[in-house]
Order: sequence, then C-alpha cells, then structure tokens
Amino acid sequence: MKNKYSIFSLVRNAVSYHQNWSQAWRSPDPKPAYDAIIVGGGGHGLATAYYLAKEHSITRVAVLEKGWIGGGNTGRNTTIVRSNYLWDEAAHLYEKSLKLWEGLSQELNYNVMFSQRGVMNLGHTLQDMRDIVRRSSANQLNGIDSEVLTPAQIKNIEPTINISQQARYPILGASFQPRGGVARHDAVAWGFARGADRYGVDVIQNCEVTGIRQQNGSVTGVDTTRGFIAAPKVGVVAAGHSSLLADYAGLRMPIESHPLQALVSEPLKPVLNTVIMSNAVHGYISQSDKGELVVGAGIDSYIGYGQRGSYSVIEGNIAAIVELFPNFSRVKMLRQWGGIVDVCPDACPIISLTPVKGLYFNCGWGTGGFKATPGSGWVFAYTIARNTPHGLNAAFDLNRFYTGALIDEHGAAGVAH
Amino acid sequence: MLSIDCPWCGSRDQSEFSYGGEAHIVRPKEPEKLSDEDWGDYLFNRKNTKGRFEEQWCHTAGCRRWFNAVRDSQSYKIEAVYKIGEQSPDGIPE
Amino acid sequence: MSSQRLPSGGRINRGRPLEFFFNGRRYEGFEGDTLASGLLANGIRLFGRSFKYHRPRGLFGSGSEEPNALVQLGEGASTIPNLKATQVELFDGLSARTVVGWPSLEIDLYAINNRIGRLLPAGFYYKTFMRPRFLWDWYEGRIRHAAGLGFAPTEPDSARYDKRNAHCDVLVVGAGPTGLMAALVAGRSGARVIVADEQAEMGGDLLSSTQHVSGACPWMFLDNLVKELSLMDNVMLLPRSTVSGYYDYNFLVINQRRTDHQAGIGDIVSRERNWRVRARQVVLATGAIERGLVFADNDRPGIMLSSAVRTYINRYAVRPGRTGAVFTNNDSAYQTAVEMHGAGMEVKGVIDVRQRPSQERLLQMDTLGIPVYSGHGVGGTRSGRQGLRAVELCRLSADGRDVLTQKGSLDCQVLAISGGWNPAIHLHCQSGGRPKYDDDQACFVPDKSVQSERSAGSALGIFQLGNCLSDGVDAGVHAVRETGYACAHIDIPYASDRTGSAIEPMWNVPDGVLPGRGGKKFVDYQNDTTAADIALAAREGYRSIEHVKRYTALGFGTDQGKTGNINGLAILAQHLGQSIPATGTTTFRPNYTPVTFGAIAGRELGTVFFDPVRKTPMHDWHVAHGAVFEDVGQWKRPWYYPKGGETMESAVRRECLATRKSIGLLDASTLGKIEVRGRDSAEFLNRIYTNAWSKLEINRCRYGLMLGEDGMVMDDGVSSRLGDNHYYMTTTTGGAAHVLGWLERWHQTEWPELEVFFTSVTDRWAVASIAGPNSRSLLDRLCSDIDLSAGAFPFMSLREGSVAGISARLFRISFSGELAFEINVSADDGVALWELLMEAGGEYGITPYGTETMHVLRAEKGYVIVGQDTDGSVTPADLGMDWIVSKTKDFIGKRSLARSDMLRDSRKQLVGLVTEQPETVLPEGTQLVNEPSTDYPVPMTGHVTSSYYSSTLGHSIALALIKGGHTRMGASVYAPTLDGQCIKAIISSPVFYDPENKLHKT
Repeated sequence: MKNKYSIFSLVRNAVSYHQNWSQAWRSPDPKPAYDAIIVGGGGHGLATAYYLAKEHSITRVAVLEKGWIGGGNTGRNTTIVRSNYLWDEAAHLYEKSLKLWEGLSQELNYNVMFSQRGVMNLGHTLQDMRDIVRRSSANQLNGIDSEVLTPAQIKNIEPTINISQQARYPILGASFQPRGGVARHDAVAWGFARGADRYGVDVIQNCEVTGIRQQNGSVTGVDTTRGFIAAPKVGVVAAGHSSLLADYAGLRMPIESHPLQALVSEPLKPVLNTVIMSNAVHGYISQSDKGELVVGAGIDSYIGYGQRGSYSVIEGNIAAIVELFPNFSRVKMLRQWGGIVDVCPDACPIISLTPVKGLYFNCGWGTGGFKATPGSGWVFAYTIARNTPHGLNAAFDLNRFYTGALIDEHGAAGVAH
Repeated sequence: MLSIDCPWCGSRDQSEFSYGGEAHIVRPKEPEKLSDEDWGDYLFNRKNTKGRFEEQWCHTAGCRRWFNAVRDSQSYKIEAVYKIGEQSPDGIPE
Repeated sequence: MSSQRLPSGGRINRGRPLEFFFNGRRYEGFEGDTLASGLLANGIRLFGRSFKYHRPRGLFGSGSEEPNALVQLGEGASTIPNLKATQVELFDGLSARTVVGWPSLEIDLYAINNRIGRLLPAGFYYKTFMRPRFLWDWYEGRIRHAAGLGFAPTEPDSARYDKRNAHCDVLVVGAGPTGLMAALVAGRSGARVIVADEQAEMGGDLLSSTQHVSGACPWMFLDNLVKELSLMDNVMLLPRSTVSGYYDYNFLVINQRRTDHQAGIGDIVSRERNWRVRARQVVLATGAIERGLVFADNDRPGIMLSSAVRTYINRYAVRPGRTGAVFTNNDSAYQTAVEMHGAGMEVKGVIDVRQRPSQERLLQMDTLGIPVYSGHGVGGTRSGRQGLRAVELCRLSADGRDVLTQKGSLDCQVLAISGGWNPAIHLHCQSGGRPKYDDDQACFVPDKSVQSERSAGSALGIFQLGNCLSDGVDAGVHAVRETGYACAHIDIPYASDRTGSAIEPMWNVPDGVLPGRGGKKFVDYQNDTTAADIALAAREGYRSIEHVKRYTALGFGTDQGKTGNINGLAILAQHLGQSIPATGTTTFRPNYTPVTFGAIAGRELGTVFFDPVRKTPMHDWHVAHGAVFEDVGQWKRPWYYPKGGETMESAVRRECLATRKSIGLLDASTLGKIEVRGRDSAEFLNRIYTNAWSKLEINRCRYGLMLGEDGMVMDDGVSSRLGDNHYYMTTTTGGAAHVLGWLERWHQTEWPELEVFFTSVTDRWAVASIAGPNSRSLLDRLCSDIDLSAGAFPFMSLREGSVAGISARLFRISFSGELAFEINVSADDGVALWELLMEAGGEYGITPYGTETMHVLRAEKGYVIVGQDTDGSVTPADLGMDWIVSKTKDFIGKRSLARSDMLRDSRKQLVGLVTEQPETVLPEGTQLVNEPSTDYPVPMTGHVTSSYYSSTLGHSIALALIKGGHTRMGASVYAPTLDGQCIKAIISSPVFYDPENKLHKT
C-alpha cells in the first residue's frame, strides 16, 4: 500500500524531511457521471462511500461536500461513542457501530484515537434509577456491556465528582458502559476519506448540491454548484440540511433542525477518567487527549441553521457541570460553538429508501450521530447497494411515522451527546 | 440570545418564552377520515424552513399568550410578530 | 540576575514594593506590575516550555495575546490554572509556577521531544500508535500525561460569582484612545454608557505610549479623560472586564474580575461578575494585536513582539535586556528601537525586510546611531542559557523569497519583532460580521456591520494615533445619533503621526535551507505549530484552513492564535497558490479570552439556586417527623417516615399495613391542580381527555386520561365538576406545568372560539388524604356539616364543608383502593389540618405515609403511574384501559390509536407479575425473557415497571409491560437481574387487591 501509515513510514519520511508524504485524499474535479453519489462529506457520508467501495465493490462513487469534509456535525460534536441504547433496534445498530469503532484505526490505517474510557449516565431520581436498570438490563441481554454503579463506585472512578446527598439533585447511581468512550472526531472524517479515496472514490469539496433531478420517479442525478452530475443512485446524508435536500426531491420529512452547542475548557492535566452524562441536570463532560474538558448539553429550543445558539443554554450547561464537579468552578471556558442537528420525533434516525427510486436518505440522528458514524455508513452502503435496508436499519424507515412504529429513545438520547 | 417582541407585552428576553415550532399547522377537522399517511404528515412532517419561517412562541413567563413570529432561521432575526388569528405578513392565512 | 528595572518612569508604584514567588523562588516587584513585568524586572527570561517540543520559552507579548508564559497561580482549592503571566496583576505574596515542564521548568525530560522532533510532524499521532492494538490504551495514557497545561483544582471552589443584567445605550469595548473618545462623546451627550476594558487600567495603548496628544504627554491626556468619564453619572467604567462574547440581538457578555488582583480579600465579594448586557449600540474599539514573524528558531526567550517591548519599557519601566535589535516589515517597530535606545539598551540594528524603508525612519535611526539593515531578514537565532544570544542576518532577494547571502550575526538578548498588525475583529465577527482582507495593510478588517455595532480605530485598521482619536469621536457621534441623543460638542484631540512607507507582508522569512530542514519556524508558539507543519498539511491534502487548523493545532491554544493565525493562513495560501482572502479565516467564536466556569454559572448552583425547591405547606412537619424525601420534579415529597432506626423496607410495611387496617395519611398537595372555567369547559375537556365530560354531574368526579396527539398516554388525574361551567382538574405531580401549557396551547392556537379559562391553583391548596377503613370514623369526629355516609357522599364525588373548623373541600376519591377522603384546605391551613388529623387519629393509630407506600398501595390495585408504568410509547389499550376511550367523540390523539402499529398483537401490555418465591421482589426496570439464556442477544418480552413487597398480600407484586401480555395470563416469564439471578414470575392481572372494587366504595 502506498504510504501506509506506521511508525516505520514515519521514520522513513522523517529521513526525507516529510517531503514525500502523498495526499491523504485527492481533490479531483467531478466527473459527469457516477454509479452512486453521496451528498454530504461528513463522517457518515464518507463512511458510506468507504463501505460502498469496500463491501459492495461500488467504486465509481462521488462524495459531494458543500464546504470542507467533516465540517458539519462531525467536527462539532463532543465525540462520545457508546451503544447503551434501550430499544433492540437502536441497540443493535449502535452496537454494530461500536464494534466497527473498536477496529477502526486498524481498518482505516488512520488513528482515530478511539479512547474506550467508559461512559457513565448518572441517575438523580428514583425514576432515573428505574430507567437505568431497565436500560442496563436490556443492554446486557443484547450482549452489550453495561453495569449499574452506586455513588461510591462512581466516586471511585471519578474522584472529584460531587456525590453529596445534600446536592439539589443528588447522584443516586449510574449506568456505565466501559467500552464506550470518545474519539478524535476530525480523524474519523479524514480516515474514511483517505480510505474511500484509496478505493477510487472521488471526495469533492466545495461542491454544493442545489437540486435533485428525477425522471419517471427515479433519480437521475444532482445539480451542483459545479454543474449537473448524473447517477442512478443518490444517498443523502447531510445532517443539518436534510429537510432542504428532501425538499429538492419533493419529499417532506419528520425533522426539525436545531442548534446544538458545545464548549471546551482550556487544556488541563488529566482530571477526568471517563465520560459523564446527566439527563437530569442537563450536561455531559469528558476530557480530550489534549486535555480540554469537552462539555455539551441539550439543543436550543428553536429551529436554527445559524450554527450558534443562545448564551443561556451555555450558562445552564456550565452550571450543571459545576454542580456535578464543584472543583471545575475555577476552570476556564476557552471556546464554544454550535452545530445544526436534525431531530426526529422519536430521537432515532431515518436510514431509508424514499418514494423516489434510487434516492436514499440517512438523517435525523439528532444529537447522537457521531457515535454511529461507521455503523451508519455500513448499513447505508448496504441499503444503497442492494436497494433494500439491512436488517439493522430496517426499522429506521420513513414508514414508521405513518404506522406509528416509532422507536422512542428519548430516555437514552434525551440529552444531547 | 434572542430578544422577542411579544405582541402583548413588548420586547422581552428570550428566556421568558418557550418555542412552539412551525405555525399554521391546522388540526384536521375530521381526523378519522384521514389516511395513515395524511395523519402522519400532520403529526410529524415539518417544513423546517431555512430562511423566513413562520413559527409559534409563547410568552410563558409573561402573559402566557401564544403568538406567531416570522423569523429567519439562519440569521435568527425576527421579521415580524403577529397574534394568533392575524394574517401573517408572509401571506399565509391563519 | 541583575535588576532590569529602569531608574524612573513607568506606571508602577515604587512606594509599594511587593514580594512574590515564582517556581518557589522569592522576587520583588511593585504595585502596578504584572507577574510578567515583575519577573522580567528581576532578569527572568525563561517563563515556560512549549506544549509539544518543550522548548524553552519567554515572554512574547504583554497582554491577552501571550502564547507562552502560562502559569498556575496559588495552591489547593483556590489554585487557578493557565493564567497568562502578562495578565496576572502582582499582589503581595503572590505565588505562581509554570504549567509546562516536567519534572521542572529548567530540567524538562520531555525536552527529548525537541531532539526527536523530526519524528513528530503535524498529525504524527494519526499515523502511528495503531499496532499492536492492545497497546493503544497505554500510548494514550502517555499522550494524556504529556498533554494538558495546568492542573484543575481538585477541591470545591469557595469563591462566589454573580451576574448582572444591564441595558445601555452605548457599550464601548476597549478603553484605548479610540474607545475613550467614543465614550466621551456618548457620555457628554447624556447616553447611558458602559466602557469595558480587559486591563487593570483604562488607556489601552496610551499606557505604553510616549506620543503626545494635543501637546500633552499621553498619560496626562489619559488621566484627564478618565477623570472626566468617571465623574459622569451616566457612564460606567469597568476595568478588568473583558467582553468575552457578542451574541444575537446585541447581547454581550462582560466578564469582570473583581478580586484576583488583591491578596486576602477572600470571599467577601464575588470573585467575578458576568455582565449580561443588551446594548443599543456597540462601539468596538478593541484595538489591534501585533503579529510575529515566522523565521527559523523564532521562539527563543528574548524574542518578543515589538509592542510588548515598548510596553515593558514605558509602562512597567523594565528593560527586557541589555542589548536588542528590531526585526520588522513595517514602520511601527522603529518606535521600539527608539524606546529601547531611550531605556539605555544597546540597539544593534533594525532589520527590515523591506528594500526601501521610509526616509524619515532611516534618518531617525541614523540620528540615534542605530544601523538599519534594509532588505534583510533573520535567518536563524542562537541561544545561551537565558535565551536569545544572537540573530543571523541574511540579505534577501528583491521578492523576499530567497536568501541571497548570509551576512553574519548580531549579538543581542532581545529581538523585537513586528510582522504587522491584526485588528481585533473577533467581536465584530462574533456579531455576525465578516472579515475583509485589506491588501494595503496586509490584515483583515471588519466588513459590514450586521448588528448595531461599529468598529473603530485600530480595530478598523486605523493605526495612527491621531486618526484613532478622531475615529473614536466619529464612532461616538454615530452611536449617540443612532440612540436618539443630541450630540454634544467635542474638540478632537490631535497627535502628530509620522508618515511612512507601507508594510510589506513577509509571511515566511526565508532561511536559505531546503524545505523541512533548518531551524523550526514557529507560527503558533503554544502548540508548536511550524511553517513546515502547515506546508505538510497542505501537501497531504488538508487544504481548507479549518483542516489545517485541526491537523496542525494552529490557533487551538489558550491564546486562540491571536498572534499566529494570520501568519498561518497566509503561509497556507502561499502553499496552495491562492490568495489570502480566498483561503479565509477560521471562525471567530466566543470567548475572546477564556472565562471562568464559575462566572458563567453565577449563583445558579447548589441546593437553593440550581433549581428552585418546591415544598408543600406541611413540609416542615415532615422534616420534624423524620421523613426521608424523594425528588419529584422540583418537589420534595416525603418518601417514607422511618421510626427509630427502621429500614425503608420495614417503614413501608408498617405504613402499608396501618393504612389497610386503619388509617394512613398522605400529603397529596403536590398534585397539579387547575381550575377550568367558562361556557365551553365541558367541550374543551371532551377534546382533551379520552373520555366524555359533558354529562358529569356537579359535585361528581371522574378519572381522566390525556394522550399526546401521537396517541400515547401523557398524563392522568381525577377531575371534578364544581358548577355548570366550572371544572377542577388534577394532574400528576411532575406533569402539572406541562399540562397547563398543553391546555393553554390547544385553546389559544387551535380552538380560540371556545370560551374557557385555566388557572393553576396547585399552590393554593394543601391536600391531606386519609385512607383506610377507619377514615370515615375519623372524619366524622372532625366534620359536622357534611353527611359522610356512603349514600349521601358516594365514591367519586365531592362536598364542601369544614373539617375541625377549617373550611375544606372533600373528595371521595382513592388511589389506594381503600375508603379514602382527600381533604383540601387553604395552603395556610395545611399544617393545622395535618396536626388536627394526627391528633384526632391517634386512637386509630393514624400513620403518615410517603410516596413509597402510596406506590405500593396503588400497585396492589393495579393503578398506573404515568411516567413509571408508561414511557411515552404506551396507549390506553396497552394499559387495558379501553374502557376510558370514547368511541363516539374525537379527542387529542384518537386518530393515532387507529394506526396499524397500534393494533399489533405483540404490543407491550400492562400486566401483573407474581414471583414464584413470594418474598422475592423483582428489581424495577429489569427486562423479562420468555426463556432464560446466555446466548446473546436474548429476545426480551417486556420489563418490570413497578415492583414491591406487598405486606398486605404477603407476597411480592409487580406491574410489567409484556408483549401480548393481556392474552398471556398464567404464563411464566423470567427476570435475569443485573446481579446474576434469574427470577421466575407468573403473569397475572395487575389488580391484586380487592379486584371487585368494593372497599373504596364502602
């Protein structure tokens, strides 16, 4: 393999002063036609292209990205990876993803720095604890690692957390998934882009889709800022703009796009050992390899495409974190930002065929799409290649909003992550 | 941080308000006559417009009135507010 | 280490010496010093180490732009990580240490990274540490140990923080010459003005300047200006106050630091205050930040921004070294040569990359005897033990791209560098404005305003003092006019600025060696991002500035790249062969400088302010009688009342049995209560509830179920008819606010034609519920004006009267299955009623019980708790409550119940469970399987929603949602618990107690 990454290639290239590294991915001009087009160069889109090429040998593929790859929610999230979902359908999908994460650096030959430091979901009320047992129990029966911790066990893992029973909402316990963790978000996009590129996929940046053409009920290609590109199959996976793209195809979606904010502290020496999430006080926190505390909360209430939200959400978020970790009061917030999350009524995604033949949508991941990146790409590639959903995503079709077969994961996904 | 001009109370901080999503979704008069598709469309499908968007707000910590606003969902600028039952400046009748 | 303090001058108070400690050593400084100037005065040049290569670093800047000199202040719970020494005001006893350097600043073992630097190019970690896979955890641990800057405190913070909301006509950001003039105009015109400046003193660049204004020395001009402003009632001056964020609708956050600069002030006042400001107009006089030059080994201690050198000399009276030189591509740094000369430093020369510096400057240097090396660059530097020792001179080609000849070296301890000036456009961009590239000045300036703001002075790219003063006036006039005030007259002060020649951008100073070799050329000091890193990123296809930033960590530091970002993007542009504007900047986002978490949280913390606590009128009684509480929404509800060391289990058994055998007393005040009035009340309730309400008789009660429009159970409660057009609704404790909002919303937005009014009366009533076979007997003793007999006061009806002389409304409703009365009295009378009931009930052994007993009693009856036995995916039919769903009328959610998935046989349905072992209580939440198995995934058939030991029945009971449960009575299911047991249970009816419903009707 050309320019395979390893300690040896690093040494070899050091000798030549790093002048001979090849491009991680090319920046080709679009061709007139492809076998499949993926709209959206985020982690999910790039993963889809990668698995289309690798698993289904469909390599005449273009990934069209209106900005820079990984520039949407892939590069704006708090990088939490876990699979402790309540309902079978969601648990199986996210667990597939987690399994892919576990070998992803080796699979892609790109270190995505997946750090399995465990994910803790705190419970503050008796009902929280019932829900925690319910979810942990379901996880275990689904073969997913999950345990329930007492406050003392929580304190043992996270020595600075406040488990005082005098707190406004004292910590009563937690569920814990040791295999969960965090990853380097940008690297996931770059690793998949490089992997897909190696199979011949064209990753085309600064190419915005402005229309979806169809004829006799079948998709024929997309109009872009760089001209029309033909393809018999178009997969749309463009979080933040799903409704807009659906509109191009004359489809209505059960989606609302909300701002989701996140923030980081200044870099600190290691002080957090795991990922801590709390629905009741609305916040979650982890520490990155670089040392920053990475903090997030829930969505802003209103529809917003501005990649920014309201300051009051940040205030509430920080208050929640200081409530959990009173020692972080003197730590400083370095930077905040926002993304656009496409929220579905049941907090579960849509990975589905559409009424337009050859047009597929993968959207509605809400606040939790990052963790699903490899799994989402894997099942979406299958769906596009075979024109039928894989067993893992069959339940996540558009039809469920008409039959009522929703997969209500608000309990597991009610707070952003 | 939005500042919202409640049509009853005047300009107030966003924190006094709660959001209601898309405006002018009329509950079907005879739901039982709708197909599952049409009912599902009413229940879940939303315009989710990027740009000028008619939406509902409630002055929850104030007069507790619901009203409509035309807001640009990208710039967040509120172009107009109008009471329930009033004509939208964008012309969609209540 | 000799003192570098100048004999006179500076804005320090020499009458007030201070002692302080740095890395454990004692030093002396003066009031008015920063930690940086204090150390520099003591001859300290090594301030820290860099993040990646651990190279020795000194001061680079003099303010919030500082990338290198990061310190940890103080110890223990009050320690503060990652402060910039340039912003730490000295106080007596201050103690600080450097944040990078392990085990110490002088002997840093990680400095090995510098030696093996070639193995650590940008993004090296993406390319390695992958095999063997199991070692990654170890690698990551090492990476984490090496990364991070300062230490977070590990103990709770004892400081307080607060917030203030403020409105003003004009917010002036930055109190330099521009901002002060704007404030003066606005202030004199009568506008309400806030002036915020991040520094301890107002004045901005005037504090470091020697340039006269209107004929006066700058500090006299400044003092007069600040004095006039401070005397205006309509002007508020906020020093040590950084505008950290600019949000929508002219909402800005000012972070004010109030105590850190004073020793021993303790926690008397809040440590920091965040001002939340809505400004009608904003003047962004945020100044400009000098940028460095990118040349080989440009990071030695002693290489400083030219503006910083001026500041240390003029403002702090500190000579940064004995010998110095200047390296520049623009005129502004010549003044630094003048100041260095004036401070008694030996100035070895001005190295100017431009072929033709201005004549005026050349003459000026000539007068001072300072050689000017025009058309030259610095090709490398050498260091001694304390930093910079010499710089290597190169003659540059005319286009500045190549080295023509090496020209020897200049020995100097200080190199004052200037690569030009970047207007601080951060807040403009945060407000939604865009940056626009100004080719002539080689910098980004603000483009059009989007909100009501105007940038002014050097923030706008106006770099001459005289022009800044007049632009400040213009900005003030603009703001005053926009806010509707009559503009006061003002004389524009003048300053004589030198004319000069234009800046010539020099983004990457050539050093005459092959790409990738030679000394490291740092672009971002804190993250050790070099020009070679940026070139590598571009070569590898990371072409977007955002990719380069993320791949190389450019601008990711605590300084957010204030001095390096523009150099970095210009170098990228060169490598991509495109223009700087086409390359674009990264996004400017809050915060401008880091803000303390505590200040952002403010007082909204702890048991009182994090979230309001709601207590019932009888709360204190419960506390006094040893109740253990449960959080339900914001309410504190008694959970159980342990007696004399009882466990919860035994307390609940006692409470249950007492209620079933005699009388129990429950505080039910938390239930949501809503008055529904108006002509169309009945019609409205018909639409909201699944059942019909028109025919309910006055003084009768009915159980009602509310669905969401999706058909799922949302809330429930008993509602009563008080009059023809008057209903009284109760809701769940946690759902009360939501239900009120729900009613209002449907009414206002969908059915405004209905005449109906809602009033929340939850807090108006105290509710004591007595339940048990003796409850009527007890009530008989206390109530003489109501016939309590079953015939006269039947189940599901209400009466008004008095209980022990307290005016009361009595409901004969039961959530326990027992004969029960809910006594509603005014909140004020709650405690009195409660105590009277306890007293009168003494002979019946009346027993107060909490929510746990309430749950057991209702579960014995199979009554659901919405939110515990339902989860938003449960329909009335799933609960076996078809009987309450009207077939004839429409109601919210009805149509959804007819969707295909609602008719599925395998839906999870509410059933009862009885364990095989009567004493075994199923853990709530546990999933159920039809066949125990360890062959994962194991198919699940449902889960336990409620589970208790029923002391009344002598066995455990549970409620569960089980697939197709209604048709599986008598079937076995298994509960594999989290602790490894597998409990067998039999599906039963959910009604375990009094299935004929006789008792509560007696």
